[in-house]
Amino acid sequence: MAAGVATWLPFARAAAVGWLPLAKKIMPKPPVDKKSRNDEILFVNVSGLRFQTWKNTLDRYPDTLLGSSEKEFFYNEDTQEYFFDRDPEMFRHILNFYRTGKLHYPRQECIQAFDEELAFYGIVPDIIGDCCMEEYRDRKKENQERLAEDTEAENATDTPLPPHSTSRERLWRAFENPHTSTMALVFYYVTGFFIAVSVIANVVETVPCRPPKGSKKDLPCGEKYTLAFFCMDTACVLIFTFEYLMRLFAAPSRCKFMRSVMSVIDVVAIMPYYIGLVMPENEDVSGAFVTLRVFRVFRIFKFSRHSQGLRILGYTLKSCASELGFLLFSLTMAIIIFATVMFYAEKGTKGTNFTSIPASFWYTIVTMTTLGYGDMVPNTIAGKIFGSICSLSGVLVIALPVPVIVSNFSRIYHQNQRADKMRAQQKVRLARIRLAKKGTTNAFLHYKEEGGFQDRDSDNALCLKNRSSFEHQHHHLLHCLEKTTNHEFTDELTFSEMCMTESVGYRTSRSTSISSQQGVSTSCCPRRGKRRAIRLANSTVSVSRGSIQELDTLQVHKTSAGPQSRSSLNARTEDLKLNCEDRDFTAAIISIPTPPANTPDESLPPSPAIPGILRNSRSTFFTHETVKISSL
Amino acid sequence: MGAVVGTLTMQTRQRQPSRDNLDDELEMTMVCHRPEGLEQLEVQTNFTKQELQVLYRGFKNECPSGVVNEETFKHIYAQFFPHGDASTYAHYLFNAFDTRNNGSIKFEDFVMGLSTLLRGTVREKLEWTFHLYDINRDGFINKEEMTEIVRAIYDMMGKYTYPALKGDVPKQHVDVFFEKMDKNKDGVVTLEEFVLACQEDENMMRSMQLFENVM
Repeated sequence: MAAGVATWLPFARAAAVGWLPLAKKIMPKPPVDKKSRNDEILFVNVSGLRFQTWKNTLDRYPDTLLGSSEKEFFYNEDTQEYFFDRDPEMFRHILNFYRTGKLHYPRQECIQAFDEELAFYGIVPDIIGDCCMEEYRDRKKENQERLAEDTEAENATDTPLPPHSTSRERLWRAFENPHTSTMALVFYYVTGFFIAVSVIANVVETVPCRPPKGSKKDLPCGEKYTLAFFCMDTACVLIFTFEYLMRLFAAPSRCKFMRSVMSVIDVVAIMPYYIGLVMPENEDVSGAFVTLRVFRVFRIFKFSRHSQGLRILGYTLKSCASELGFLLFSLTMAIIIFATVMFYAEKGTKGTNFTSIPASFWYTIVTMTTLGYGDMVPNTIAGKIFGSICSLSGVLVIALPVPVIVSNFSRIYHQNQRADKMRAQQKVRLARIRLAKKGTTNAFLHYKEEGGFQDRDSDNALCLKNRSSFEHQHHHLLHCLEKTTNHEFTDELTFSEMCMTESVGYRTSRSTSISSQQGVSTSCCPRRGKRRAIRLANSTVSVSRGSIQELDTLQVHKTSAGPQSRSSLNARTEDLKLNCEDRDFTAAIISIPTPPANTPDESLPPSPAIPGILRNSRSTFFTHETVKISSL
Repeated sequence: MGAVVGTLTMQTRQRQPSRDNLDDELEMTMVCHRPEGLEQLEVQTNFTKQELQVLYRGFKNECPSGVVNEETFKHIYAQFFPHGDASTYAHYLFNAFDTRNNGSIKFEDFVMGLSTLLRGTVREKLEWTFHLYDINRDGFINKEEMTEIVRAIYDMMGKYTYPALKGDVPKQHVDVFFEKMDKNKDGVVTLEEFVLACQEDENMMRSMQLFENVM
């Protein structure tokens, strides 16, 4: 309930005395209010700005932060005040809500910042007062639309294909988004070219060419070079048919596709040709056939797939449907009225053009749209008067809905502009974000490289650069996670390389090194990096992220030594096939706490060019160790 | 065309009177009322200074202009009793508080009423209740007035009650009441009859004490 009502409650309860004479039963006991009745002033310090308010004011809304005991968490004993490290400007509005019972939305604040503050203080945005509710809703909707656009733009263009998409999905994607692959782009331009060719051919067909020998009449080119035009038409229709069938095949929902506007246009564009093929050369029917050829002009609408501007125009018209409808309706009304008036005004004139009311429609339309062909003119004075009124009102009626349509178009156009601009900016922004993210990951990996984890002996100088305690703790946390999952972090480059070389969607996991049987001291951190020399002195570590071929060349030895925690794993490695295509293989490998892989084989091509991929070809140390396949 | 223009102008003319009303209303709300001094109120009522301060702060917060009109009253009561229709009862209650009968309750009226209800003697409370029931202020409660009050109270309950309101429950309630109150069976209840009958009712006396700690 609003604060106001709370103020009146004691009054209403007191007035309940008026019910007592009528009451048939005893009144229930009133609730005992344990809280002290004395009101006190509370101090609230929000980022240095001190607010003071009565405790009762805050108690009005017990389900918010300030009204409940939750504020005790923010109580500062030393200064005897409640301290909040939040925006003091926003707090003003929050406190006013307690005071007046109405929450106002400050127009100059960002909507998301405001929402966050409300969420922090436990206030539901629905109680924003009517005065500010509309503004708040509008801003919120606008913001959400923008965010949706952002994510849509992000997803639409740049996401790589999900790895297991069928050819059908890929085909559909290529159709919808020609920029995804070169083939799609080529197809896009080819169809565009053929649409243009088809349209031009339709137009040129009707131009009069020089008549063939022996005839005086000018012939349209279409009839002179019938075969050439027919061939061109056939070629275009074949391409269009092929495109349509491909789209139909690739569409995720065929029914929906067939009902879409573009598909209907496609069908209408190619149907006349096929009907013409089927239809016999009958005199009666060919008249109708000629009319059908008109539909070939619809091919020009196929350009809307290629032009965004056309799409915007179409969308605008669709969204302004009501205004257009109103325009049409009002025009029709005016036409009928004026046509009637003109007809009766001009009825008396001899030889007049205004032979009937429908005949006057033509005059009215021409006049209202201020065309004024002059093929029909009034002669009587009354006719002229009404004619002038007609033209004046025509201007007004047409001018009224036009600004609405224009503003709609402008809004949609700007929206599209903004979407394009945002997509361009998005790429830069994402690149920056990715760089920052990589920075933190790299910091961790770098730290590992430096041997930060080991309680190292002094020959590895742990050069701990100046890192904040936050970084220390963060890295420790990441390390704990690695230990927990027995997988390791790696960087994107390495990972993507591995993905590409293996062409299977494995998760890279770098093997943590395991203490080998030979009492080699464990190093818990695999090395990587181009400049990393392989330290064989006290570690068995090496990680070989091999390609499939490399894995093939790995030799799996059975381990002789036993008592190792990994012995069981060793046994398992025997069972593994080296066929990397086999999924089970991967699964089995991943389930093993990945032992380091050593490739004793010198046949491994050293690839220093690939950063981060380690090759440890020194195998002397490991002859009696199991060659474990790197888990990948 | 001329007809169209004519109708448009006529419509604008119609809208103007309402705009005048709006201006009048604005003028009225600008009127501010200030209560008499704190000391005076302290003398006139049974409240302490602190209590008066708290009451006034709440009152002023709700009604910055210093007066409560009936619409606000009804609105408040509608919020307390959302299930039913509290407007009729609120109307009678408003009249009970509006001792000056000028259509608005000032802070003094408000505080006096509360003082009677919360800190007054039993007799004062009963007198207040009698004035609540006596709609036409003629010093007598007749059956019609009582029926109206009881109906207003039952209206606040709303439709969905348990047990369901069947038959003419308010009327029966009124009959029971009159049985109890109307000693000389003359069809009306005077103040003395009322006070006497209530003082005899032990349940009521006990209930009355419960309401003293509402503030």
